[in-house]
Amino acid sequence: MATILQQIINALTVGAIYALIALGYTMVYGVLRLINFAHSEMFTAGAFVAVAAAGVLGGIAGHPGIALLAGLIAFVAIGLLGVSVELVAYRPLRNSSRLAPMLSALGMAVVIQNVVMLVGGRRPLIYPSFLPRGVIQVAGAIITYKQITILVVALVLMVGLELLISRTSLGVKIRAVAESAETASLVGINPNLPIALIFFIGPGLGAVAGILYASYYGVATFSMGFIIGMKAFTAAILGGIGSIPGAVLGGLLLGFIETFATAWMPTLTHGVIGTQYRDIFAFSVLVLILLFRPSGLLGENVSEEAMVYKRDF
Amino acid sequence: MALMPIAVLALGAILPTYPLRILDFVLLYAMLGMGLNIVVGYAGLLDLGYVAFYAIGAYTYALLASPQFDLHLPFALILVIGSALAALAGVLLGIPVLRLRGDYLAIVTLGFGEIIRVLMNNLDGLTNGPQGIARIDEATILGWRLESPRDFLFLLVGLTSLVFLFVWRLQESAFGTALAAVREDQDAARGCGIDTTGVKLIAFATSAAIGGLGGVVFAAMQRFVSPESFTFWESLSIVLVVVVGGLGNPFGMVLGAGLLVLMPELLRAYADYRQLLYGIALVLIILARPMGLFRREYGPSWLARKLIGA
Repeated sequence: MATILQQIINALTVGAIYALIALGYTMVYGVLRLINFAHSEMFTAGAFVAVAAAGVLGGIAGHPGIALLAGLIAFVAIGLLGVSVELVAYRPLRNSSRLAPMLSALGMAVVIQNVVMLVGGRRPLIYPSFLPRGVIQVAGAIITYKQITILVVALVLMVGLELLISRTSLGVKIRAVAESAETASLVGINPNLPIALIFFIGPGLGAVAGILYASYYGVATFSMGFIIGMKAFTAAILGGIGSIPGAVLGGLLLGFIETFATAWMPTLTHGVIGTQYRDIFAFSVLVLILLFRPSGLLGENVSEEAMVYKRDF
Repeated sequence: MALMPIAVLALGAILPTYPLRILDFVLLYAMLGMGLNIVVGYAGLLDLGYVAFYAIGAYTYALLASPQFDLHLPFALILVIGSALAALAGVLLGIPVLRLRGDYLAIVTLGFGEIIRVLMNNLDGLTNGPQGIARIDEATILGWRLESPRDFLFLLVGLTSLVFLFVWRLQESAFGTALAAVREDQDAARGCGIDTTGVKLIAFATSAAIGGLGGVVFAAMQRFVSPESFTFWESLSIVLVVVVGGLGNPFGMVLGAGLLVLMPELLRAYADYRQLLYGIALVLIILARPMGLFRREYGPSWLARKLIGA
């Protein structure tokens, strides 16, 4: 019982981080109907920028305010990086084939990852924890303050995003452009602002996820975005790409699937499928959803048939 | 056009070993580029895990012609088996994905490339894990032993020319027209009665088969394979061959491969910046010249018409 409770806590923590990143994928997809290949690198860059900012501010150990401030700096810096990715890789190609922006975004991802590598180093970085230390015990399961903070931060950001999208005039514009950029511009909404905003918020959330992830595991590498990005994208598809509640649901579900599959597979298969296949579980989930329910749990229809009625811009 | 392979062969007869090896790799990458071009250039879909099919081909040769399982099948047979296995993997991967919007393929192939590498690293009993498989047999084809880079140059000139003719005729066939229709407007293509999913699936499998073929040759050439050779960067390099050379133009693949193989050799001192340069090049080329250096119109058919007209 205690182990199951422990697994649930672990799954929630990982799932919340996946969900934060998945939000970035799903928002860009919702508005542009394109995958942001550079998004996974926002996650990595965020973790590295936060460490650098904390260093400039006088070290993370000094005061919890420094961690918060460094996180905020990373959010804004990576948000601006996201906006510049949109400016360089997406905006000039808005009217070209679908292939072109994917390739340019991929190029941006490669550039960002290599800049992080050249500046931050090839070797894994021992990551200072931005989160409070300590543990509490509940019914035999150990819950760290780190895990609680991750869950609280993720929850606050998700609720904030939901309020922004559903309650503010900016949110109305974002939803209008997501529905149809053409119609939105007919009623006087310049699509550039909502699109830029999407490219600010998504990467910002990704950066926070990067800090949480690196603090949780205590290490950051320049190439860590690759697999995490893959998983977050799977989470976005699982929940239904384009749907914000879907991304959160998908992230949490994927956290559960992965944690429990990793915990139980070795016993169930008598050690044939070991924990080293953890990354394969997420990928199998992706293929299975695409095979049986490509629209995800809460998403719009993305099959070829649907494309006849819903054209992309 | 027919002069090019002859020129390469003549060059091959006089060059020393090191440039010969580079030339071998140019041809190998040109062949891979032509294969990937079927998906990226003709069908307009992005495949970011092409290296997976290359790896399947390479490991097929490594497993069927080495002391690993003490199997020693002939090279020509493995060429067929390797590309068939790669095509099969392509079909299995394509079925769930190709029904959907094109961009799903990019991320699924990206994942697949990584998964294949995880499998190669961990299936110790089969692939010998990270150590890879060494002491692979020397390739022999119809009694001709492929020992030196020069022998492989002859083989590669032959294979690349065949692949070139194949992809050219593919592009000009009814199937190629169907692919172009799917690329330009999928809905209109369906309206014309084209089975878009089927067409994309065949294109994907054909492309995978050529990747597998390249992998078999690679394994025979290196006589050693390990998961390290099949990273995402390899896939990205092949995508760059296509994008730099010219989407949908097989001539471009030779040029793209030449640039992509020669540049790192010339810029060895700046090896740390290589991937950064790749990224910048990808962005700049897409922004400045989205169709690559050679435009689609100036393909083999254009040249053939010119030659006949002249």
